[in-house]
Amino acid sequence: MSLVDPSVFDTGRRPVWCPGCGNYSILLALRKALAELEVSPERVVIVTGIGCHGRISEYMKTNAFHTIHGRVLPLATGIKLANPNLLVIGHSGDGDAYAIGLGHLPHAARRNVDVKLIVHDNMVFGLTTGQVTPTTPLGLKTRSTPFGNFEQPLNPVLLALSSGATFVARGFSGEVEHLKEVFKGAIRHRGFAFVEVLQPCVTFFNTYNTLRRKIYKLEDAGHDPSDLEKAIKLSLETERIPIGIFYRTSRPTLEDAFIHAMNPPVALRQKPADTKKILERFR
Amino acid sequence: METVNNLGVMIAGPAGSGVFVSSVILGKMFLRHGLSVFITNEYPSLIRGGHQWAQIQVGFGEEVYAHRKKVDIVLALDRISVEEHVADLKPSGCIICDEGDVGAKAGNDASIRPLPLRKIVREIGAPSVTVNTVGLGVIVGALGGEADVAEGTIREQFRGRGELAELNVELFRRGYELGKKLDGEFRLRVPISASLERSGEARLLVDGNSAVALGALSAGLTFFASYPMTPASPILHFLAEVQRDLGIIVFQPESELAAINMAIGAAYAGARSMVATSGGGFSLMVEALGQAAMTETPILIVDVQRPGPSTGLPTHTAQSDLRFVIHASQGEFPRVVLAPGDPYQAYVLANRGLNLAWKYQIPVILLSDKYLGESFWTVSVFPNLGVEDARVSRERVSGFFPRYKVTEDGVSPLIFPGTPGSLVYANTSEHDEYGFGTIDPLKVKEMQDKRLRKYQSLCEEAEKSGVETVGSGGAVVATWGSTKQIVLEALKRVSGVKMVQVVWMEPFPRKKLLSEVYGKKLLVVENNATGQLASLIREHLLIEPSNVLLKYDGRQFFPEDVESWIASQVEG
Repeated sequence: MSLVDPSVFDTGRRPVWCPGCGNYSILLALRKALAELEVSPERVVIVTGIGCHGRISEYMKTNAFHTIHGRVLPLATGIKLANPNLLVIGHSGDGDAYAIGLGHLPHAARRNVDVKLIVHDNMVFGLTTGQVTPTTPLGLKTRSTPFGNFEQPLNPVLLALSSGATFVARGFSGEVEHLKEVFKGAIRHRGFAFVEVLQPCVTFFNTYNTLRRKIYKLEDAGHDPSDLEKAIKLSLETERIPIGIFYRTSRPTLEDAFIHAMNPPVALRQKPADTKKILERFR
Repeated sequence: METVNNLGVMIAGPAGSGVFVSSVILGKMFLRHGLSVFITNEYPSLIRGGHQWAQIQVGFGEEVYAHRKKVDIVLALDRISVEEHVADLKPSGCIICDEGDVGAKAGNDASIRPLPLRKIVREIGAPSVTVNTVGLGVIVGALGGEADVAEGTIREQFRGRGELAELNVELFRRGYELGKKLDGEFRLRVPISASLERSGEARLLVDGNSAVALGALSAGLTFFASYPMTPASPILHFLAEVQRDLGIIVFQPESELAAINMAIGAAYAGARSMVATSGGGFSLMVEALGQAAMTETPILIVDVQRPGPSTGLPTHTAQSDLRFVIHASQGEFPRVVLAPGDPYQAYVLANRGLNLAWKYQIPVILLSDKYLGESFWTVSVFPNLGVEDARVSRERVSGFFPRYKVTEDGVSPLIFPGTPGSLVYANTSEHDEYGFGTIDPLKVKEMQDKRLRKYQSLCEEAEKSGVETVGSGGAVVATWGSTKQIVLEALKRVSGVKMVQVVWMEPFPRKKLLSEVYGKKLLVVENNATGQLASLIREHLLIEPSNVLLKYDGRQFFPEDVESWIASQVEG
């Protein structure tokens, strides 16, 4: 048990998610993970996108930036580069991260910026009342696909692995303790950590029973998270759904490439840079 | 002998033949002789094979502000250049080219000087692309320039590449000897050696893009993210190269969307940040422009304009984004749009722009253009302008900080994440003083009013420094951006006309501008098709300009055309 009570991360505001929404579990697991790691709230920045997940910045008593739709990763990257002392945790939904914001995900992964991305994946748009997303299963009827979804769903774990992410995991909102451990692993990891959280949308696509039936834990299966090939194979499983840490490796981070600008971090600079020498070249 | 107070040189050749490098070496050589220099260029969107040229204008005892239709010397690096630029010669001018490139006869009374340029290159055993350096030597020799000054410039251009530098110096010397022999019979009668004076204050030869970068650095820039886009990319190249010396972050991300969001994230964390792009990239940045406004995060956005719409003419110039940048984004919020007209102003306004962004916690747009960004002018040494303090709070609040506190002038105290004990919540949704989302109609109006109150102070700033004037007279030529330089060049030979440059495009300095133009004949000159400055004048001053001169073929005006137009308007 930690000395920190998870309630220090509670703003005291009552969440407005639907009763039974997976977001409650994600919120709870995150608070617990931070408390157990004894992270100080003022060191944490939560960056949220647009969607039901985005409300989480109203309920986390930390620094926060509730950004525009799809731009969680570049915004989080800017914060981290400017002040690497901060723990930057991005939250995104399957629409935010995989539809409008997909262009940023492979790049955050390959450049290994030390931010964490938690994707609340309920396979449907919730806040805009039930339209198709890139992870909606084939054939599913939604308000924008009344005759059934005709697009092959994306495989986010496989995408993260193939993009060079150094930490790739999947959690299930129905397994809060397990999810908390996954979050702790992501936070402890130095580099880009991708965590896909499967959750039901109790209003528009309730997958709780299916997910509960299909999931199994990678730790129980004896998976070695340093094995990339095995991780890729596991990411292709659909009949049963593995949760836990798929892959973990170590590589220099994006901040390491800017080591010349880190002492002190640019966010803490007081004086302008001295350009006297550079001006000489224009004489 | 006719006295001449300026000299025009053109260097033309295929892309990849060192046209631009040669023009800067030559320009710098003139600068170090104490002369006023201007360099501009034109090139297609190609790496190899296209035709390109650079024009160098040199002033003897007068400032040069712009390119001109006719030049005195053309250094033609291939046969196409000879044929293409015969028409650009003054009657007394001449073309310097290789013996093998004399094809079609030159028209008018221009003289072609075929010289063994390539033979020299072969004799020395240098790569064929170095023929431009021999040509430079010919020009400097013929004009009686000082060889050691030019050689110093060449060595600097190739610094860190010793062998290449010495090879180019050798090529230059051979050309220089050849040029000296030409001196006597040279058709050009410019007494350059007599004009040489190295006295007086040292000045800079600088392009608008570098000046923007240096101005922002002087205001504390530490974070720059940019996706390549002509003609803004030189800002990225310059800052990328100097980042390690200065300890700043310069990064090229996956798109303009990423660039501006990174810059906003960095500014939220406390770093003074900037992005640079052209109109197409600015289009992608618009959603984040509103984000900066709503979260009151300072950001400086540079738009180096090129002709649109869409891809348009990537490597040419225009002033057609003015209305776009003033109005871009949904919703209503205060912003500042500044339009420099020369590199000195670019430096001062980039400094001012970044400082204003932080002083008022707003997005500021610096509106440049290709002609300003990629041309070089001789300017005074840049002043040390420094960093203006932002309203950073020293107060320590336990828990959430009132980041959007309602204040009299609309500017709230600022803190950054990581401040002990305090938390800061930035929110793109409408929010209360602590950043928490709200839909309460009273709160919504209160926050809108708070943000919009910044307009009052901004309008005062605009009235104070939003208009620049040169000269006096009963007629006024109003202009903006780099077209100011064209108008200044044109007005050298027209009297009784005042040049009025609008520098603050938003908020518009209506009172100041009105006082400058009231009761006078008002002419407007701008580099676009619809007269966007003229429309702002109608809107804010309720005045109809007596006439408007527009150009929108991707090229800046020729001062000769502006001069004759103004003269014809003033006579009437």
